[in-house]
Amino acid sequence: MINRHWLDFEKPVVDLEKKIEELKAYPTDEPDAHKSELVKLEKKANTVLKDLYSKLTPWQVTKVARHPARPYTLDYVRHIFDDFVELHGDRCFKDDKALVGGLATINGESVVVIGQQKGRKAKEMGYRNWGMPNPEGYRKAVRLMELAERFGKPVLTFIDTPGAYPGVGAEERGQSEAIAASLMRMSTLKVPLIATVIGEGGSGGALAIGVADRVLMMQFSTYSVISPEGCAAILWKDGTKADMAAKALRINAEELKRMGVIDKIVKEPVGGAHRAPQVAFKNLKAELVATLKKLKTLSTEELLDARYEKFRNIGAFVEGK
Amino acid sequence: MEWIKKNLLAGNIQKNAKKFPLGLWIKCESCNGIIYKKEAEKKLDVCPKCQYHFRISAHTRINILIDPGTFQEHDAGVEPLDPIEFKDLKKYRDRMKASQKSTGLKDGIVSGDGLINGKRVMIAVFEFSFMGGSMGSVIGEKITRIVEAALNHRCPVIIFSSSGGARMQEGILSLMQMAKTSSVIARLKEAGLPYISVLTDPTMGGVTASFAMLGDIIMAEPKALIGFAGQRVIKETIREKLPEGFQRAEYLLDHGMIDMIVERKSMKETLSKLITMLT
Repeated sequence: MINRHWLDFEKPVVDLEKKIEELKAYPTDEPDAHKSELVKLEKKANTVLKDLYSKLTPWQVTKVARHPARPYTLDYVRHIFDDFVELHGDRCFKDDKALVGGLATINGESVVVIGQQKGRKAKEMGYRNWGMPNPEGYRKAVRLMELAERFGKPVLTFIDTPGAYPGVGAEERGQSEAIAASLMRMSTLKVPLIATVIGEGGSGGALAIGVADRVLMMQFSTYSVISPEGCAAILWKDGTKADMAAKALRINAEELKRMGVIDKIVKEPVGGAHRAPQVAFKNLKAELVATLKKLKTLSTEELLDARYEKFRNIGAFVEGK
Repeated sequence: MEWIKKNLLAGNIQKNAKKFPLGLWIKCESCNGIIYKKEAEKKLDVCPKCQYHFRISAHTRINILIDPGTFQEHDAGVEPLDPIEFKDLKKYRDRMKASQKSTGLKDGIVSGDGLINGKRVMIAVFEFSFMGGSMGSVIGEKITRIVEAALNHRCPVIIFSSSGGARMQEGILSLMQMAKTSSVIARLKEAGLPYISVLTDPTMGGVTASFAMLGDIIMAEPKALIGFAGQRVIKETIREKLPEGFQRAEYLLDHGMIDMIVERKSMKETLSKLITMLT
């Protein structure tokens, strides 16, 4: 996953990173020929990136969250889990490629993993429907959650979607019902649930696999009731005001943590998960293992009561007369 | 929420009928018929020519359904805040205040208990004219409380939805109301208490994709627009013409998404009969 796609605000680092890449690729007999030069350049790039990424605007975070080289669900699954067996289909209509799931093991323990899946190259993007599930995806998710419940396995979900697919077939086959059913089913599932927002947490299509005991969020991810573009088009009557909408909606990890909607921010490497995916995998794995351990000390009753209260208490209002 | 832009904020209500203030006469936009206002009112705000069901206020709805003098409102004082200090072209606070002034309500829902043909029910009714019935923290909280009240008093729940979806102005908190309301409905189901969801024009987005589609019985008023995504978004995505009658109550019935379509004039009797059969 070499970064060949720079975001508009990354201008200051583009030349540095290009030069580093060129030097690394330069054929030479002496392996250390450019070492000192490389060290110097890498240090400089790192400083510039650190500075850039310490003050990202919410709209810039959105761009990082959508970066085409950002690790997707199956990347995390392959690198975090020792083993993974994918399971397919909703047993009603079809297998939704935009939402994947299966059995996996982490530190010797088996779990069920579920997540939206985006595609990286043009053909794969279509195959994955740009990470936008149809009702079948959510019905597969519920099927796998119920499988986890029957066998007493925790469920780990990975959220990364622009939203549930807005199509004629999706509506005809009950997109709303499928999402609603998943929300309701998660609220009473008798096993530990951990959700992680790894990229885009797009509206109801994201939340549909997000009713969890713990909600984690990768540092440069977003989670929102509507896309910044969609919100701008409606309220500003101008889709290009997405940067303003992103700010107004408060969709980045720190804001969401402050509002109590997510529990923990998982650190990403300098310059985002796509620059050093291994660091992102390692950080998330550590957090998942620690969180699982904590949740397993709770009885099923405690788990379900706490999950209910967690979502029951979200909201801002005053009690007037 | 996309729905709101097209049909509400842009003031571009397409096929949806709306009462036009022409004095004694009103125009039904569904059939374009000019009808005598008093006649429509006598028929519970239904167009006598095409049977289109006009949008009615929450209190009008309650008056039609609940036995006279038995309705007790709950949580009438629960008021919205502005948790993320949201401002687009207008401030959320200003939109909120304008809706409060025009409707006399604190937010877009009225909830309480009352009798339907002598049987006690917990009922919540959306007020569409309050910011397009959009669901923020207050609506989520009041729905949760009315369902919890039903759990405490062991009685059925009826929710009349009419909403453009989640309220963007409360950001992620409004999205989370979907999880909150669906969780309390799960408790109702475990307790074996009936929940009847009635979808009225329009029921879209985050409201449809949570408690509204979770009824033990789901019914709709004739021709009500019901869906997840707004039609403009779908059209832009698929770049094709939408099928005839798409996202209308009759279309959903045909696709197996709702149990029945019930006319306003028979709503009370239908609810009463179903509750008796289920309890």
